[in-house]
Amino acid sequence: MTDELLAVEGLESGYGQLQVLWGVELHLHEGETVVLLGSNGAGKTTLLKTLLGLICAWHGSIRFKGEEITHLPTDARVRRGIVYMSEMGVFPDLSIEDNLDIGTQFLPRHEAKERITGLYEIFPDLGHRRREAAGSLSGGQRKMLGVAKALAAKPHLLVMDEPSAGLSPLFVKEVVQVLAGFHRAPDLSLLIAEQNVTFLEIADRVYTLDGGRIGFNGSVGEARENDAIRRAYFGLK
Amino acid sequence: MRRLAVRPAPKRLIPMLVILVAVVAAFAAAPRVYSNQLLLFNTIVYLVLAQGLNIIYGFTGYLPFGYVGFFGAGAYGFSLAVLHWHTPPLAALALGTLVAIILALILTPLLRLSGAYFAVANLAASEAVLQIVSNPNLTDFTKGPYGISLEKIYNPTLSYGAAVVTLAFTLAIVVYLKSSRFGLALQAIREDPISAGMAGVNVVRGRVLAWLMSALVAGLIGGIFAWYVSVFYPETVFDLSVSIFAIVFALFGGTATLVGPILGVLILYGIYNVIGISTPAYFQLIYGLLIVLLILFLPNGIVSLIDRGTRRVP
Repeated sequence: MTDELLAVEGLESGYGQLQVLWGVELHLHEGETVVLLGSNGAGKTTLLKTLLGLICAWHGSIRFKGEEITHLPTDARVRRGIVYMSEMGVFPDLSIEDNLDIGTQFLPRHEAKERITGLYEIFPDLGHRRREAAGSLSGGQRKMLGVAKALAAKPHLLVMDEPSAGLSPLFVKEVVQVLAGFHRAPDLSLLIAEQNVTFLEIADRVYTLDGGRIGFNGSVGEARENDAIRRAYFGLK
Repeated sequence: MRRLAVRPAPKRLIPMLVILVAVVAAFAAAPRVYSNQLLLFNTIVYLVLAQGLNIIYGFTGYLPFGYVGFFGAGAYGFSLAVLHWHTPPLAALALGTLVAIILALILTPLLRLSGAYFAVANLAASEAVLQIVSNPNLTDFTKGPYGISLEKIYNPTLSYGAAVVTLAFTLAIVVYLKSSRFGLALQAIREDPISAGMAGVNVVRGRVLAWLMSALVAGLIGGIFAWYVSVFYPETVFDLSVSIFAIVFALFGGTATLVGPILGVLILYGIYNVIGISTPAYFQLIYGLLIVLLILFLPNGIVSLIDRGTRRVP
Protein backbone atom coordinates (compact mmCIF):
# COMPACT_ATOMS: atom_id res chain seq x y z
CA MET A 1 0.00 0.00 0.00
CA THR A 2 1.30 3.48 -0.89
CA ASP A 3 1.45 6.33 1.60
CA GLU A 4 -1.76 7.91 2.78
CA LEU A 5 -2.31 11.29 1.14
CA LEU A 6 -5.67 12.37 2.55
CA ALA A 7 -7.32 11.24 5.75
CA VAL A 8 -10.76 12.53 6.65
CA GLU A 9 -12.08 11.44 10.01
CA GLY A 10 -15.43 12.15 11.66
CA LEU A 11 -15.99 15.18 9.44
CA GLU A 12 -19.15 17.19 10.04
CA SER A 13 -20.13 20.45 8.36
CA GLY A 14 -23.04 22.29 6.79
CA TYR A 15 -24.56 25.68 6.12
CA GLY A 16 -25.79 27.87 8.99
CA GLN A 17 -27.94 25.64 11.18
CA LEU A 18 -28.25 22.94 8.52
CA GLN A 19 -25.91 20.01 9.06
CA VAL A 20 -25.07 18.26 5.79
CA LEU A 21 -22.13 15.96 6.59
CA TRP A 22 -22.34 13.47 9.43
CA GLY A 23 -19.12 11.84 10.59
CA VAL A 24 -17.58 11.33 7.15
CA GLU A 25 -14.55 8.99 6.99
CA LEU A 26 -12.55 8.98 3.77
CA HIS A 27 -9.00 7.89 3.00
CA LEU A 28 -7.02 8.34 -0.19
CA HIS A 29 -3.51 7.15 -0.99
CA GLU A 30 -0.83 8.65 -3.21
CA GLY A 31 -1.41 7.98 -6.91
CA GLU A 32 -4.90 6.66 -6.23
CA THR A 33 -8.12 7.61 -8.00
CA VAL A 34 -11.22 7.53 -5.84
CA VAL A 35 -14.73 8.09 -7.14
CA LEU A 36 -17.28 9.41 -4.66
CA LEU A 37 -20.71 8.39 -5.93
CA GLY A 38 -23.74 10.24 -4.65
CA SER A 39 -27.08 11.46 -5.92
CA ASN A 40 -28.15 15.12 -5.96
CA GLY A 41 -28.22 16.53 -2.44
CA ALA A 42 -26.13 13.69 -1.02
CA GLY A 43 -23.52 16.19 0.22
CA LYS A 44 -20.76 15.63 -2.37
CA THR A 45 -20.15 19.32 -3.07
CA THR A 46 -20.31 20.14 0.64
CA LEU A 47 -17.70 17.48 1.37
CA LEU A 48 -15.37 18.72 -1.37
CA LYS A 49 -15.79 22.36 -0.33
CA THR A 50 -15.04 21.43 3.27
CA LEU A 51 -11.90 19.63 2.11
CA LEU A 52 -10.84 22.85 0.36
CA GLY A 53 -11.74 25.10 3.28
CA LEU A 54 -14.47 26.88 1.36
CA ILE A 55 -16.84 25.73 4.11
CA CYS A 56 -15.69 25.47 7.73
CA ALA A 57 -15.54 22.03 9.29
CA TRP A 58 -17.71 21.79 12.41
CA HIS A 59 -16.13 18.65 13.81
CA GLY A 60 -13.62 16.04 12.77
CA SER A 61 -10.25 16.35 11.10
CA ILE A 62 -8.69 16.56 7.66
CA ARG A 63 -5.05 15.52 7.29
CA PHE A 64 -3.11 15.96 4.07
CA LYS A 65 0.28 14.24 3.79
CA GLY A 66 0.07 13.75 7.54
CA GLU A 67 -0.43 17.48 8.23
CA GLU A 68 -3.55 18.70 10.01
CA ILE A 69 -5.22 21.14 7.56
CA THR A 70 -8.75 21.23 9.01
CA HIS A 71 -8.60 24.93 9.81
CA LEU A 72 -6.22 26.19 7.13
CA PRO A 73 -7.53 28.82 4.68
CA THR A 74 -8.20 27.75 1.10
CA ASP A 75 -5.11 29.39 -0.42
CA ALA A 76 -2.88 27.55 2.07
CA ARG A 77 -4.47 24.24 1.06
CA VAL A 78 -4.00 25.03 -2.64
CA ARG A 79 -0.35 25.82 -1.94
CA ARG A 80 -0.02 22.39 -0.34
CA GLY A 81 -1.31 20.78 -3.53
CA ILE A 82 -5.07 20.33 -3.18
CA VAL A 83 -6.85 21.79 -6.19
CA TYR A 84 -10.58 21.97 -6.73
CA MET A 85 -12.24 21.77 -10.12
CA SER A 86 -15.90 22.68 -10.28
CA GLU A 87 -18.54 23.79 -12.73
CA MET A 88 -17.66 27.43 -11.98
CA GLY A 89 -13.90 27.09 -12.17
CA VAL A 90 -13.33 29.05 -15.39
CA PHE A 91 -13.20 32.84 -15.71
CA PRO A 92 -15.10 33.56 -18.95
CA ASP A 93 -13.91 37.16 -19.47
CA LEU A 94 -10.24 36.23 -19.11
CA SER A 95 -8.29 34.60 -21.92
CA ILE A 96 -7.61 30.87 -21.95
CA GLU A 97 -3.97 31.68 -21.28
CA ASP A 98 -4.84 33.87 -18.29
CA ASN A 99 -7.06 31.12 -16.87
CA LEU A 100 -4.12 28.72 -17.01
CA ASP A 101 -1.83 31.38 -15.52
CA ILE A 102 -4.16 31.62 -12.53
CA GLY A 103 -3.82 27.86 -12.19
CA THR A 104 -0.03 28.15 -12.05
CA GLN A 105 0.05 31.11 -9.65
CA PHE A 106 1.92 29.18 -6.93
CA LEU A 107 4.54 27.63 -9.22
CA PRO A 108 7.89 29.25 -10.00
CA ARG A 109 7.71 31.19 -13.28
CA HIS A 110 9.90 28.83 -15.33
CA GLU A 111 8.02 25.79 -14.05
CA ALA A 112 4.68 27.46 -14.78
CA LYS A 113 5.77 28.12 -18.35
CA GLU A 114 6.78 24.49 -18.89
CA ARG A 115 3.60 23.26 -17.27
CA ILE A 116 1.36 25.34 -19.53
CA THR A 117 3.32 24.38 -22.63
CA GLY A 118 2.84 20.73 -21.67
CA LEU A 119 -0.89 21.27 -21.14
CA TYR A 120 -1.23 22.82 -24.62
CA GLU A 121 0.08 19.52 -25.97
CA ILE A 122 -2.54 17.56 -24.04
CA PHE A 123 -5.26 20.07 -24.95
CA PRO A 124 -4.24 21.33 -28.43
CA ASP A 125 -7.57 23.13 -28.98
CA LEU A 126 -6.84 25.32 -25.98
CA GLY A 127 -3.33 26.00 -27.25
CA HIS A 128 -4.54 27.16 -30.64
CA ARG A 129 -7.10 29.48 -29.08
CA ARG A 130 -5.09 30.52 -26.05
CA ARG A 131 -5.55 34.26 -26.54
CA GLU A 132 -9.32 34.03 -26.91
CA ALA A 133 -11.70 34.69 -24.05
CA ALA A 134 -12.63 31.53 -22.16
CA GLY A 135 -16.26 32.57 -22.58
CA SER A 136 -15.98 31.92 -26.32
CA LEU A 137 -15.48 28.18 -25.70
CA SER A 138 -18.30 25.63 -25.88
CA GLY A 139 -19.51 23.97 -22.68
CA GLY A 140 -17.36 20.90 -23.28
CA GLN A 141 -14.29 22.95 -24.15
CA ARG A 142 -14.79 25.02 -21.02
CA LYS A 143 -14.85 21.83 -19.02
CA MET A 144 -11.56 20.85 -20.64
CA LEU A 145 -10.17 24.27 -19.75
CA GLY A 146 -11.36 23.69 -16.18
CA VAL A 147 -9.47 20.37 -16.11
CA ALA A 148 -6.38 22.00 -17.68
CA LYS A 149 -6.53 24.93 -15.24
CA ALA A 150 -6.72 22.55 -12.30
CA LEU A 151 -3.85 20.44 -13.64
CA ALA A 152 -1.81 23.59 -14.29
CA ALA A 153 -1.45 23.99 -10.54
CA LYS A 154 0.53 20.73 -10.50
CA PRO A 155 -1.72 19.33 -7.79
CA HIS A 156 -0.99 16.34 -5.61
CA LEU A 157 -4.71 15.91 -5.13
CA LEU A 158 -7.18 17.02 -7.78
CA VAL A 159 -10.68 17.23 -6.36
CA MET A 160 -13.35 17.27 -9.08
CA ASP A 161 -16.98 18.13 -8.54
CA GLU A 162 -19.17 16.38 -11.15
CA PRO A 163 -16.87 16.82 -14.16
CA SER A 164 -19.57 15.22 -16.34
CA ALA A 165 -22.27 17.79 -15.43
CA GLY A 166 -23.84 19.33 -18.50
CA LEU A 167 -21.74 17.32 -20.95
CA SER A 168 -22.84 15.06 -23.76
CA PRO A 169 -21.86 11.36 -23.40
CA LEU A 170 -19.21 11.95 -26.08
CA PHE A 171 -17.56 14.72 -24.08
CA VAL A 172 -17.84 12.68 -20.87
CA LYS A 173 -15.83 9.97 -22.64
CA GLU A 174 -13.28 12.57 -23.69
CA VAL A 175 -12.94 13.86 -20.11
CA VAL A 176 -12.53 10.29 -18.84
CA GLN A 177 -9.87 9.66 -21.51
CA VAL A 178 -7.96 12.77 -20.48
CA LEU A 179 -8.12 11.81 -16.82
CA ALA A 180 -7.10 8.25 -17.70
CA GLY A 181 -3.84 9.76 -18.93
CA PHE A 182 -3.14 10.89 -15.39
CA HIS A 183 -4.47 7.75 -13.72
CA ARG A 184 -1.85 6.14 -11.48
CA ALA A 185 0.56 9.01 -12.06
CA PRO A 186 2.71 8.74 -8.94
CA ASP A 187 2.45 12.41 -8.04
CA LEU A 188 -1.26 12.92 -8.70
CA SER A 189 -4.31 11.53 -6.95
CA LEU A 190 -7.86 12.15 -8.03
CA LEU A 191 -11.00 12.46 -5.93
CA ILE A 192 -13.96 12.62 -8.31
CA ALA A 193 -17.46 13.28 -6.98
CA GLU A 194 -19.90 11.97 -9.57
CA GLN A 195 -23.26 10.42 -10.33
CA ASN A 196 -21.98 9.13 -13.66
CA VAL A 197 -20.58 5.60 -13.33
CA THR A 198 -18.47 6.05 -16.49
CA PHE A 199 -15.79 7.43 -14.17
CA LEU A 200 -15.48 4.04 -12.47
CA GLU A 201 -13.38 3.05 -15.52
CA ILE A 202 -10.47 5.01 -14.05
CA ALA A 203 -11.19 4.47 -10.36
CA ASP A 204 -9.16 2.39 -7.90
CA ARG A 205 -11.72 2.63 -5.13
CA VAL A 206 -15.29 3.80 -4.68
CA TYR A 207 -17.10 5.54 -1.86
CA THR A 208 -20.81 6.30 -1.82
CA LEU A 209 -22.28 9.27 -0.01
CA ASP A 210 -25.92 9.26 0.98
CA GLY A 211 -27.60 11.82 3.20
CA GLY A 212 -24.22 13.20 4.20
CA ARG A 213 -22.96 9.80 5.42
CA ILE A 214 -20.49 7.44 3.81
CA GLY A 215 -22.26 4.24 2.78
CA PHE A 216 -20.13 1.94 0.67
CA ASN A 217 -16.33 1.89 0.65
CA GLY A 218 -14.56 -0.67 -1.51
CA SER A 219 -12.94 -1.57 -4.80
CA VAL A 220 -14.55 -0.95 -8.19
CA GLY A 221 -15.19 -4.68 -8.57
CA GLU A 222 -16.97 -4.80 -5.22
CA ALA A 223 -19.00 -1.73 -6.16
CA ARG A 224 -20.15 -3.34 -9.40
CA GLU A 225 -21.29 -6.40 -7.41
CA ASN A 226 -23.10 -4.36 -4.75
CA ASP A 227 -26.86 -4.59 -5.22
CA ALA A 228 -27.63 -1.16 -3.74
CA ILE A 229 -25.08 0.53 -6.01
CA ARG A 230 -26.27 -1.42 -9.03
CA ARG A 231 -29.82 -0.25 -8.38
CA ALA A 232 -28.93 3.35 -7.58
CA TYR A 233 -26.28 4.10 -10.18
CA PHE A 234 -26.32 1.41 -12.89
CA GLY A 235 -30.10 1.34 -13.25
CA LEU A 236 -30.12 -2.42 -12.73
CA LYS A 237 -32.68 -4.35 -10.69
CA MET B 1 4.20 17.56 -32.27
CA ARG B 2 5.25 21.22 -32.44
CA ARG B 3 5.43 22.73 -28.98
CA LEU B 4 3.22 25.79 -28.66
CA ALA B 5 5.21 28.55 -27.08
CA VAL B 6 3.88 30.23 -23.97
CA ARG B 7 4.11 33.98 -24.49
CA PRO B 8 7.07 35.47 -22.71
CA ALA B 9 6.26 38.12 -20.12
CA PRO B 10 8.48 40.87 -21.67
CA LYS B 11 6.37 40.85 -24.83
CA ARG B 12 3.44 41.95 -22.73
CA LEU B 13 5.52 44.43 -20.84
CA ILE B 14 7.30 46.30 -23.64
CA PRO B 15 4.25 48.02 -25.21
CA MET B 16 3.10 49.13 -21.78
CA LEU B 17 6.50 50.50 -20.84
CA VAL B 18 6.64 52.35 -24.15
CA ILE B 19 3.24 53.92 -23.43
CA LEU B 20 4.27 54.80 -19.87
CA VAL B 21 7.49 56.50 -20.98
CA ALA B 22 5.77 58.30 -23.87
CA VAL B 23 2.94 59.68 -21.73
CA VAL B 24 5.23 60.75 -18.88
CA ALA B 25 7.80 62.29 -21.25
CA ALA B 26 5.03 64.17 -23.10
CA PHE B 27 3.70 65.70 -19.88
CA ALA B 28 7.18 66.45 -18.59
CA ALA B 29 8.10 68.29 -21.79
CA ALA B 30 4.70 69.87 -22.51
CA PRO B 31 5.13 73.05 -20.38
CA ARG B 32 8.06 74.04 -22.61
CA VAL B 33 5.86 74.10 -25.70
CA TYR B 34 2.41 74.82 -24.27
CA SER B 35 1.85 77.72 -21.92
CA ASN B 36 -1.37 76.62 -20.20
CA GLN B 37 0.30 74.69 -17.41
CA LEU B 38 -2.89 74.58 -15.33
CA LEU B 39 -4.65 72.61 -18.07
CA LEU B 40 -1.71 70.21 -18.27
CA PHE B 41 -1.70 69.86 -14.50
CA ASN B 42 -5.44 69.16 -14.33
CA THR B 43 -5.06 66.59 -17.10
CA ILE B 44 -2.38 64.83 -15.03
CA VAL B 45 -4.67 64.94 -11.98
CA TYR B 46 -7.43 63.23 -13.94
CA LEU B 47 -5.01 60.74 -15.50
CA VAL B 48 -3.90 59.72 -12.01
CA LEU B 49 -7.45 59.61 -10.63
CA ALA B 50 -8.79 57.65 -13.62
CA GLN B 51 -5.94 55.15 -13.26
CA GLY B 52 -6.45 54.99 -9.49
CA LEU B 53 -10.08 54.21 -10.12
CA ASN B 54 -8.96 51.69 -12.71
CA ILE B 55 -6.95 49.91 -10.00
CA ILE B 56 -9.94 49.39 -7.73
CA TYR B 57 -12.75 49.15 -10.30
CA GLY B 58 -11.01 47.77 -13.37
CA PHE B 59 -9.11 45.09 -11.53
CA THR B 60 -11.47 44.13 -8.69
CA GLY B 61 -14.90 45.37 -9.78
CA TYR B 62 -15.56 47.82 -6.92
CA LEU B 63 -16.92 51.16 -8.15
CA PRO B 64 -16.28 53.85 -5.51
CA PHE B 65 -18.46 56.90 -6.16
CA GLY B 66 -16.84 58.56 -3.19
CA TYR B 67 -13.32 58.09 -4.59
CA VAL B 68 -12.81 61.86 -4.34
CA GLY B 69 -12.74 61.38 -0.56
CA PHE B 70 -9.17 60.05 -0.81
CA PHE B 71 -8.22 62.99 -3.04
CA GLY B 72 -9.64 65.41 -0.47
CA ALA B 73 -8.04 63.54 2.43
CA GLY B 74 -4.66 63.80 0.71
CA ALA B 75 -5.17 67.51 0.02
CA TYR B 76 -6.14 68.23 3.63
CA GLY B 77 -3.48 65.96 5.11
CA PHE B 78 -0.86 67.83 3.08
CA SER B 79 -2.26 71.26 3.89
CA LEU B 80 -2.67 70.72 7.62
CA ALA B 81 0.85 69.31 7.89
CA VAL B 82 2.18 72.46 6.19
CA LEU B 83 -0.02 74.87 8.16
CA HIS B 84 0.33 73.42 11.65
CA TRP B 85 3.71 71.73 11.66
CA HIS B 86 5.45 73.70 8.91
CA THR B 87 6.33 70.43 7.23
CA PRO B 88 8.31 70.78 3.99
CA PRO B 89 6.12 70.04 0.93
CA LEU B 90 7.64 66.68 0.03
CA ALA B 91 7.31 65.37 3.60
CA ALA B 92 3.81 66.83 3.77
CA LEU B 93 2.93 64.88 0.63
CA ALA B 94 3.90 61.69 2.45
CA LEU B 95 1.68 62.68 5.39
CA GLY B 96 -1.21 63.57 3.08
CA THR B 97 -0.90 60.20 1.38
CA LEU B 98 -0.79 58.53 4.78
CA VAL B 99 -4.05 60.26 5.74
CA ALA B 100 -5.70 58.92 2.58
CA ILE B 101 -4.42 55.41 3.33
CA ILE B 102 -5.67 55.62 6.92
CA LEU B 103 -9.07 56.71 5.61
CA ALA B 104 -9.03 53.72 3.23
CA LEU B 105 -8.15 51.40 6.12
CA ILE B 106 -11.03 52.82 8.18
CA LEU B 107 -13.36 52.22 5.21
CA THR B 108 -12.06 48.70 4.56
CA PRO B 109 -15.22 47.10 6.06
CA LEU B 110 -17.12 48.63 3.11
CA LEU B 111 -15.45 45.99 0.93
CA ARG B 112 -17.87 43.51 2.44
CA LEU B 113 -20.56 45.28 0.42
CA SER B 114 -20.92 44.92 -3.31
CA GLY B 115 -22.40 46.73 -6.32
CA ALA B 116 -24.62 49.73 -5.64
CA TYR B 117 -24.41 49.25 -1.86
CA PHE B 118 -20.64 49.72 -1.93
CA ALA B 119 -20.89 52.70 -4.29
CA VAL B 120 -23.47 54.48 -2.12
CA ALA B 121 -21.78 53.68 1.20
CA ASN B 122 -18.49 54.95 -0.18
CA LEU B 123 -20.14 58.13 -1.40
CA ALA B 124 -21.69 58.68 2.04
CA ALA B 125 -18.28 58.20 3.69
CA SER B 126 -16.75 60.81 1.41
CA GLU B 127 -19.55 63.25 2.22
CA ALA B 128 -19.02 62.58 5.93
CA VAL B 129 -15.33 63.50 5.64
CA LEU B 130 -16.31 66.71 3.81
CA GLN B 131 -18.74 67.58 6.61
CA ILE B 132 -16.02 67.05 9.21
CA VAL B 133 -13.34 69.19 7.53
CA SER B 134 -15.78 71.99 6.67
CA ASN B 135 -17.31 72.07 10.13
CA PRO B 136 -17.08 75.70 11.43
CA ASN B 137 -16.37 74.36 14.93
CA LEU B 138 -13.10 72.93 13.64
CA THR B 139 -11.99 76.14 11.97
CA ASP B 140 -8.91 76.42 14.18
CA PHE B 141 -7.64 73.11 12.88
CA THR B 142 -9.12 72.55 9.38
CA LYS B 143 -9.95 76.18 8.54
CA GLY B 144 -13.57 74.96 8.30
CA PRO B 145 -15.67 76.27 5.41
CA TYR B 146 -13.23 79.13 4.78
CA GLY B 147 -10.78 76.93 2.96
CA ILE B 148 -7.02 76.57 2.89
CA SER B 149 -4.39 79.06 1.88
CA LEU B 150 -0.79 77.88 1.41
CA GLU B 151 0.71 80.87 -0.39
CA LYS B 152 4.05 80.48 1.44
CA ILE B 153 4.84 77.21 -0.26
CA TYR B 154 3.31 78.06 -3.64
CA ASN B 155 5.59 76.55 -6.28
CA PRO B 156 3.84 75.55 -9.49
CA THR B 157 7.01 74.33 -11.19
CA LEU B 158 8.02 71.93 -8.45
CA SER B 159 4.46 70.75 -7.77
CA TYR B 160 3.98 70.16 -11.50
CA GLY B 161 7.13 68.04 -11.46
CA ALA B 162 5.78 66.10 -8.49
CA ALA B 163 2.56 65.51 -10.43
CA VAL B 164 4.53 64.11 -13.40
CA VAL B 165 6.43 61.77 -11.05
CA THR B 166 3.11 60.68 -9.49
CA LEU B 167 1.72 60.02 -12.95
CA ALA B 168 4.73 57.80 -13.71
CA PHE B 169 4.29 56.00 -10.38
CA THR B 170 0.58 55.43 -10.97
CA LEU B 171 1.09 54.16 -14.51
CA ALA B 172 3.84 51.86 -13.20
CA ILE B 173 1.36 50.37 -10.71
CA VAL B 174 -1.07 49.66 -13.54
CA VAL B 175 1.72 48.15 -15.66
CA TYR B 176 2.60 45.94 -12.71
CA LEU B 177 -1.02 44.86 -12.29
CA LYS B 178 -1.33 44.17 -16.01
CA SER B 179 1.77 42.00 -16.10
CA SER B 180 1.90 40.33 -12.69
CA ARG B 181 0.28 37.33 -11.11
CA PHE B 182 -1.13 39.59 -8.43
CA GLY B 183 -2.93 41.67 -11.09
CA LEU B 184 -4.27 38.51 -12.68
CA ALA B 185 -5.49 37.32 -9.28
CA LEU B 186 -7.30 40.66 -8.86
CA GLN B 187 -8.98 40.18 -12.22
CA ALA B 188 -10.04 36.71 -11.15
CA ILE B 189 -11.59 38.30 -8.05
CA ARG B 190 -13.41 40.78 -10.26
CA GLU B 191 -14.72 37.97 -12.48
CA ASP B 192 -15.93 35.75 -9.68
CA PRO B 193 -14.65 36.00 -6.10
CA ILE B 194 -15.92 32.53 -5.19
CA SER B 195 -14.14 30.85 -8.10
CA ALA B 196 -11.05 32.94 -7.38
CA GLY B 197 -11.11 31.67 -3.80
CA MET B 198 -11.48 28.11 -5.09
CA ALA B 199 -8.37 28.68 -7.22
CA GLY B 200 -6.46 29.62 -4.08
CA VAL B 201 -6.54 33.39 -4.56
CA ASN B 202 -6.62 35.21 -1.22
CA VAL B 203 -9.68 37.32 -2.04
CA VAL B 204 -9.74 39.52 1.07
CA ARG B 205 -6.02 40.34 0.84
CA GLY B 206 -6.28 41.12 -2.89
CA ARG B 207 -9.25 43.44 -2.45
CA VAL B 208 -7.71 45.31 0.47
CA LEU B 209 -4.37 45.81 -1.30
CA ALA B 210 -6.07 47.12 -4.44
CA TRP B 211 -8.21 49.43 -2.30
CA LEU B 212 -5.14 50.80 -0.50
CA MET B 213 -3.20 51.25 -3.76
CA SER B 214 -6.05 53.21 -5.31
CA ALA B 215 -6.35 55.37 -2.15
CA LEU B 216 -2.60 55.94 -2.15
CA VAL B 217 -2.45 57.44 -5.65
CA ALA B 218 -5.57 59.57 -5.05
CA GLY B 219 -4.17 60.86 -1.74
CA LEU B 220 -0.81 61.61 -3.31
CA ILE B 221 -2.25 63.57 -6.22
CA GLY B 222 -4.67 65.28 -3.80
CA GLY B 223 -1.71 66.58 -1.81
CA ILE B 224 0.02 67.73 -4.98
CA PHE B 225 -3.17 69.46 -6.09
CA ALA B 226 -3.24 71.39 -2.79
CA TRP B 227 0.41 72.33 -3.30
CA TYR B 228 -0.13 73.43 -6.89
CA VAL B 229 -3.27 75.54 -6.40
CA SER B 230 -2.36 76.59 -2.81
CA VAL B 231 -5.79 78.11 -2.20
CA PHE B 232 -8.93 75.98 -2.15
CA TYR B 233 -12.22 75.36 -0.40
CA PRO B 234 -13.31 72.03 1.09
CA GLU B 235 -15.94 71.66 -1.66
CA THR B 236 -13.20 71.89 -4.30
CA VAL B 237 -11.32 68.80 -3.16
CA PHE B 238 -14.37 66.78 -2.07
CA ASP B 239 -16.43 67.66 -5.16
CA LEU B 240 -18.44 64.62 -6.28
CA SER B 241 -17.97 65.65 -9.91
CA VAL B 242 -14.26 64.80 -9.54
CA SER B 243 -15.26 61.19 -8.84
CA ILE B 244 -17.79 61.21 -11.64
CA PHE B 245 -15.27 62.57 -14.15
CA ALA B 246 -12.68 59.99 -13.14
CA ILE B 247 -15.24 57.19 -13.43
CA VAL B 248 -16.53 58.37 -16.81
CA PHE B 249 -13.00 58.83 -18.19
CA ALA B 250 -11.94 55.35 -17.07
CA LEU B 251 -15.10 53.68 -18.36
CA PHE B 252 -15.01 55.61 -21.63
CA GLY B 253 -11.51 54.43 -22.42
CA GLY B 254 -11.85 50.93 -21.00
CA THR B 255 -10.93 49.62 -17.58
CA ALA B 256 -8.40 46.92 -16.64
CA THR B 257 -6.10 48.33 -19.31
CA LEU B 258 -3.31 50.87 -19.23
CA VAL B 259 -4.34 52.76 -22.35
CA GLY B 260 -8.10 52.89 -21.69
CA PRO B 261 -8.14 55.51 -18.92
CA ILE B 262 -5.39 57.49 -20.72
CA LEU B 263 -7.49 57.66 -23.89
CA GLY B 264 -10.61 58.41 -21.84
CA VAL B 265 -8.99 61.39 -20.13
CA LEU B 266 -7.30 62.75 -23.26
CA ILE B 267 -10.46 62.51 -25.38
CA LEU B 268 -13.16 63.51 -22.90
CA TYR B 269 -11.17 66.05 -20.92
CA GLY B 270 -9.95 67.40 -24.24
CA ILE B 271 -13.53 67.84 -25.43
CA TYR B 272 -14.44 69.35 -22.07
CA ASN B 273 -11.77 71.98 -22.46
CA VAL B 274 -12.30 72.66 -26.15
CA ILE B 275 -16.05 73.13 -26.11
CA GLY B 276 -17.13 72.70 -22.48
CA ILE B 277 -15.88 76.03 -21.25
CA SER B 278 -16.77 78.21 -24.23
CA THR B 279 -20.14 76.66 -25.14
CA PRO B 280 -21.40 74.61 -22.18
CA ALA B 281 -24.74 73.85 -23.88
CA TYR B 282 -23.04 71.97 -26.74
CA PHE B 283 -20.69 70.35 -24.29
CA GLN B 284 -23.53 68.84 -22.28
CA LEU B 285 -25.16 67.59 -25.48
CA ILE B 286 -21.99 66.07 -26.93
CA TYR B 287 -20.89 64.64 -23.60
CA GLY B 288 -24.27 63.04 -23.00
CA LEU B 289 -24.41 61.62 -26.52
CA LEU B 290 -20.92 60.20 -26.24
CA ILE B 291 -21.74 58.42 -23.00
CA VAL B 292 -25.02 57.04 -24.34
CA LEU B 293 -23.33 55.79 -27.53
CA LEU B 294 -20.53 54.27 -25.51
CA ILE B 295 -22.89 52.35 -23.24
CA LEU B 296 -24.94 51.17 -26.22
CA PHE B 297 -22.15 50.12 -28.57
CA LEU B 298 -18.92 49.87 -26.61
CA PRO B 299 -19.73 48.87 -23.04
CA ASN B 300 -16.11 47.84 -22.51
CA GLY B 301 -14.79 51.23 -23.60
CA ILE B 302 -13.11 52.40 -26.75
CA VAL B 303 -10.23 49.96 -26.26
CA SER B 304 -12.65 47.19 -27.21
CA LEU B 305 -12.37 48.55 -30.78
CA ILE B 306 -8.78 47.31 -30.89
CA ASP B 307 -9.23 44.35 -28.57
CA ARG B 308 -11.29 42.08 -30.87
CA GLY B 309 -11.63 39.43 -28.21
CA THR B 310 -7.92 38.82 -27.78
CA ARG B 311 -7.76 40.35 -24.27
CA ARG B 312 -4.35 41.66 -25.14
CA VAL B 313 -4.81 45.44 -25.12
CA PRO B 314 -1.97 46.98 -23.08
